[in-house]
Amino acid sequence: MTQSHRIPGRGQIDRARPVRFRFDGTLYEGFQGDTLASALLANGVRLMARSFKYHRPRGVMTAGAEDPSALVEVIEGNQQTPNVRASVQEIYEGLEARSQNRMGPLSFDLLAVNDRLSPFFSAGFYYKTFMWPRAFWERIYEPAIRRAAGLGSLSGHHDEGVYEKAWAHCDLLVIGSGPTGLIAALTAARAGADVILAEDDARMGGRLLSDGGEIDGQPARDWAAGVLTELAGLRNVRLMPRTAVTGAYDDGTFGALERVGLHRAPDAELPRECFWRIHARRAILAAGALERPIAHPDNDRPGVMMASGLHSYVSRWGVNPGRVVLFSNNDSGLATARALTAQGIEVAAYVDPREIPVTEDFPVYAGAQVTGTRGRLGLKTVEVRHKGGTSQIEARTLGLAGGWNPTLHLTCHMNGRPDWSDAIAAFVPRDGMVPGLAAAGAARGVFSTAGCLADGVAVAAEALNALGFKTPGAKIPQAEDAPYAIAPLWAVDAGGRAWLDFANDVTTKDVKLAAQEGYASVEHMKRYTTQGMAPDQGKTSNVAALAVLAEATGREIPQTGTTTFRPPFVPVSIAAMGAGGRGQGFAPKRLLTSDAKTRAMGAPMIEAGLWYRPSYFPRAGETTWREACDREVTMVREAVGVCDVSTLGKIDVQGADAGRFLDLVYTNAMSTLAVGRARYGLMLREDGMVMDDGTCARLGEGQFLITTTTAAAGLVMRHMDFVHQAFCADWDVRFISVTESWAQFAVAGPKARAVLAAVCTLPDLPFMGCAPVSVGGVAGRVFRISFSGELGYEVAVPTRYGAALFDRLLAAAEAEGGGAYGMEALNVLRVEKGFLTHAEIHGRVTADDVGLGKMVSAKKDCIGKPASQRPGLTEAGREQLVGLMPVDRGDSLSAGAHLFNQHDAPTRENDQGYVTSVAPSATLGMWLGLGFLKDGRARHGEVIRLEDGLRGKKVRVRVVDPVFFDPDGGRMRG
Amino acid sequence: MRIPCPCCGSRDRREFTYYGAAVFLDRPAPDAGLEAWDGYLHLRDNPAGVTRDLWYHDPCAAWIEVERDTLTHRILSTHLVEDAAAALRAARPEAQP
Amino acid sequence: MRYSGFRVFTQGLRGNTGWTPAWRKPAPKPAYDIVIIGGGGHGLSTAYYLAKNHGLKNIAVLEKGYLGGGNVGRNTTIVRANYFLPGNQEFYSHSLKLWEGLEGELNYNVMHSQRGLINLFHSDGQRDAFARRGNAMLAQGDDAILLDREGVRKHLPYLDFEQTRFPIYGGLYHPRGGTARHDAVAWGYARGADRRGVDLIENCEVTGIDIQNGKVTGVQTTRGPIRAKKVAMVAAGRSGQVAAMAGMRLPIESHILQAFVTEGLKPVIDHVVSFGMGHFYISQSDKGGLVFGGDLDFYASYAARGNLPMVEHVMEAGMTLMPMIGRAKVLRSWGGIMDMSPDGSPIIDKTGVEGLYVNCGWNYGGFKAVPASGYCLAHLIATDQPHPVAARFRLDRFRTGRGLMDEEGTGSQHNLH
Repeated sequence: MTQSHRIPGRGQIDRARPVRFRFDGTLYEGFQGDTLASALLANGVRLMARSFKYHRPRGVMTAGAEDPSALVEVIEGNQQTPNVRASVQEIYEGLEARSQNRMGPLSFDLLAVNDRLSPFFSAGFYYKTFMWPRAFWERIYEPAIRRAAGLGSLSGHHDEGVYEKAWAHCDLLVIGSGPTGLIAALTAARAGADVILAEDDARMGGRLLSDGGEIDGQPARDWAAGVLTELAGLRNVRLMPRTAVTGAYDDGTFGALERVGLHRAPDAELPRECFWRIHARRAILAAGALERPIAHPDNDRPGVMMASGLHSYVSRWGVNPGRVVLFSNNDSGLATARALTAQGIEVAAYVDPREIPVTEDFPVYAGAQVTGTRGRLGLKTVEVRHKGGTSQIEARTLGLAGGWNPTLHLTCHMNGRPDWSDAIAAFVPRDGMVPGLAAAGAARGVFSTAGCLADGVAVAAEALNALGFKTPGAKIPQAEDAPYAIAPLWAVDAGGRAWLDFANDVTTKDVKLAAQEGYASVEHMKRYTTQGMAPDQGKTSNVAALAVLAEATGREIPQTGTTTFRPPFVPVSIAAMGAGGRGQGFAPKRLLTSDAKTRAMGAPMIEAGLWYRPSYFPRAGETTWREACDREVTMVREAVGVCDVSTLGKIDVQGADAGRFLDLVYTNAMSTLAVGRARYGLMLREDGMVMDDGTCARLGEGQFLITTTTAAAGLVMRHMDFVHQAFCADWDVRFISVTESWAQFAVAGPKARAVLAAVCTLPDLPFMGCAPVSVGGVAGRVFRISFSGELGYEVAVPTRYGAALFDRLLAAAEAEGGGAYGMEALNVLRVEKGFLTHAEIHGRVTADDVGLGKMVSAKKDCIGKPASQRPGLTEAGREQLVGLMPVDRGDSLSAGAHLFNQHDAPTRENDQGYVTSVAPSATLGMWLGLGFLKDGRARHGEVIRLEDGLRGKKVRVRVVDPVFFDPDGGRMRG
Repeated sequence: MRIPCPCCGSRDRREFTYYGAAVFLDRPAPDAGLEAWDGYLHLRDNPAGVTRDLWYHDPCAAWIEVERDTLTHRILSTHLVEDAAAALRAARPEAQP
Repeated sequence: MRYSGFRVFTQGLRGNTGWTPAWRKPAPKPAYDIVIIGGGGHGLSTAYYLAKNHGLKNIAVLEKGYLGGGNVGRNTTIVRANYFLPGNQEFYSHSLKLWEGLEGELNYNVMHSQRGLINLFHSDGQRDAFARRGNAMLAQGDDAILLDREGVRKHLPYLDFEQTRFPIYGGLYHPRGGTARHDAVAWGYARGADRRGVDLIENCEVTGIDIQNGKVTGVQTTRGPIRAKKVAMVAAGRSGQVAAMAGMRLPIESHILQAFVTEGLKPVIDHVVSFGMGHFYISQSDKGGLVFGGDLDFYASYAARGNLPMVEHVMEAGMTLMPMIGRAKVLRSWGGIMDMSPDGSPIIDKTGVEGLYVNCGWNYGGFKAVPASGYCLAHLIATDQPHPVAARFRLDRFRTGRGLMDEEGTGSQHNLH
């Protein structure tokens, strides 16, 4: 707990607030403001991880989200978060982190044997072996590969964390809070625009927090603090630290991930993360630039990091890196060396391949290169090849400064390709790659602080102008304007393995091998070597890999290809983007007005689309659903039953042309319906197949009420809107869904009239009649329709009276020896009668297939009729709806079984059809089935075989008419 | 993705249901024959570029014809199907249902 | 050069300097017997089987970008044969059998992993529909097992059996279903076709199809005109543009399907799990990433990228079904251009132009079809007769209504599935 490598007094951490945490079980102390990486470094810990493929020892390489190496697991009780970047995770009291992807202790990972075997594990080696014997792949090779691969582990427990999603809207979204972002946000805020300033880091300020020099004569950090104070005081500005903008989508929509509670001990009140959908009229990408490494032999040891990361750890977190070597090909690396020296860090060597003057306060090796490193678990020496020969220089930290890549990722999210700039040896965004998003500052290759400030003002002014805001002439603050002066060096040619992609262990050799084997397009190279596919998505490696490929194939970089990036910019947890989906939140629930009563009666509820409906209503002594179902069926057939049918879609259609309109959407004519009468109706899709069925009741001369099935309610409404608006908008017809406005109950059975009479004065209705009715003083409706085949009514009242009516109907039914019935009984009743549900009208059947061909009126057109007359839908050989009865009355049937001629083998070629619905008929004392059979209507009386191979069932069944019970309909008409 | 509904203004894509190419407004006469119906129901230009297609704005129940670029997702114009269909009907009175 | 473990070993000892290119980079010749437009999985396998099964040599595959750059390299890698309508049944059954011998056939490890696929169901009605499907699979001679809730729990104990919005009633288990390494399939076929003399020509975009007197005579390309006796259009999401060069309109709309991969994780999901109620399916790659996807974004598009509404829907589905994946982080999302046919089933057929063939309409399921698609198209091109297992994939079925294969039952009409 010594913080042995902390520089006294330095860094922007709160030394008054020590924080204790564990890494691999060891207790350490850091300070408030530390990341896990900075705190470990301050404690002298450089070894933090093992690499993906070779299990090489690794430490942290950057101070940001792009870090390719230091990924750890964070443990919270039985919950565990894998692949957490140590450079992003802030420490909190009690934080417990653990290294991952190792077998044995981190310092002695047994899988490091892979490193010894690396000659045989070259790029794509697995495509060339593990093929023999065939059966070994699933049993031996693949399990071994899977165990060795992967990085961190999930806990296997349900994620119990709290997550949120939110929306935000603004005029201008500024992404990044370095000099460019701050000045852009300030410019826009002062102009009065609604501004969101989003910053991935916990603190705003970007590079100004680490190495900003001076702005307007004060330390850059202080200037940033001043700007932030002003922004925080403005009502039109929302500051969003710890928020990474993850994706650019169409029409100014951005995804963003806010780490709300991840920097604190778990707290049930606080979401861990919030996923934002930000709609911005304009956006500015001021995300800066990412420093890139140089590929030299063994450039991956703990202690090797980007020069900028090193600078941050020293300046922002007060980490003492020990003796430092810097390997740089540009002036920013040189500036880092100077800055570190000024802060008292010992720069043992500054190595630069350029011929630069040797006039510094530290040893400079010009025209030199780093050709190797040593130190098994942490850097000990750096090998430098220089004009005087080769030297081994003792060092604890090696900083690599290979140049800067603009952080242009978001600009590529719409598949735009950036341009190559020779001046900065990097890709820069083109204008308009994402409409409304403009890159500014370092994100478009302007690297000096002065340049960033000027660019931030200019780009903000353009955006404000487009938004219609007036921009006050802003004074651009004074700051350094040093040249960049890069001389590209991608890889050092000194043998050995030089890493490009640290996260996936891709070396320069792998890229060259890909080129040698013909995987020479950049996409082939990436896919073959896996370069850029790791958690950092190639942020530190793409450009260098492209450069090595270009050299290997004798092309220039722009001819070789470009880099592209896909969302998300930083990895986003499934839980954050899926917030709200957990458990019951995935879809809305729709509840009947009778729901509470139904549940109180002990009915098991089942899902019907989004609705919940009772399966059956158990009574004392009943031990299975079958007993309850049989009783309910018999109850309806012999006395009376009540069922809540409010889930059916209901559409109120009005207007002088309402009948004419319904004629167009239904196969049969509705315009001829008399007021006070209802008719069964069939709708087709325009492809000629049955879409839905239901009833259509004429409530008045210009008013119809139609019902749809539960499942198709929304679809039918949309369809009718389409037919109306597209084909007959000039007709006098209007309609609206009233599904939720009415509660409706079926009352069915010989004693239905008595039950109805108990709640209203029942008018004398013929079968398929309808009338308004007063239900206890409430204006309701009654329809004489039946889905059970019994004398039946449906009575409807406004939804708010539904629960009360259900209670009264139930009481009245019980007085008649009846009661409530559920979906199981409803299904048996309708199968006995051969009535259809979506099990039969499953989308592939015509009206004729289900025996309702006569319902397609010959006298008029309707939607779907022309297509239903195509030869393939009308000729012989189609599967037609039939009833199926077991030859042996004791046999049970199963839905999903297929039908075969009695002596045929159960093969596809012999397949005659299939079973759609089955029901144990209490009325007929046997199982009944509905199904489709080739030319089935001509085969009534035939005995065939029902075969359900999945459940080992073979039953001889007789093909019959689908109406099993009361075929004349005398009961429901009576 | 956001779509300007002629009734409600710019709204998120979540509020819309898609229904494909706007040729679906041009319903052939019932007896136009297999070829015409095949063309209407199935065959598509499927342009990589500017297209016109149909969207339903669920909250306000308006069908909208959207002129749009399938390569960039840029929306060029939107108007009510009601108006587009009226123009079509005026041009082809024999197709009246 | 033949690949083997021994070769990997000896090359390793020699610094891997002896590996040779997997395929040549030939310049286009002025004429071929057969030109295949499209160097994706289907085009490459067509070329391979033309050479292998039919002994044809003078073949070129023209690819406007790089080989395997389309959907074969951007899918969720699922391989299965679990269809229930005649036509699809026999075709995908044949394809799975080809997959089962593909490593040996190609001498390229495509990592076909028969880890088992489970389709979940959440109501009695869905169970019946899956039972119908499972019985159809058995009738076809494929494998299917109907699992009840406890059966699912045995295989997938990590699902949320208690709280999920749509309770798990059971699943249809297809043990021979699984995954494969998608790029390797393209590369394996490319290498195999190249070794049999097929010219694979990258960066060669077809800009016109030459037709004289109702007969195809060649193509115009960005690398010059190429004469050909037969031309096959195998352009997936771009089929509409290619067919337009021949004056044809196809029953195809191009849509986006997004897919996602997480950071690498130690093994946690051993099967392919499909959650139809939430339009969500997932497996774990051998490298450790969770690979998953959902439904179409639902608008015609060639942008090869999607939008947030479907992204979020897919993640929400994952969270209600298997909340243990919540802390896995999505690394990358991408979109493929799907050639959606009206009934959701494919087309392998001749066209009205003599010598011109079309292969399209793979919807969101083209990857698993790669072997059989090439096999059957090659048969059609070589013999001018449809292969029996693809005989129902006709272009005119929509016009006539004969043999529609609408597995989802949502309509043999665009934009309904």
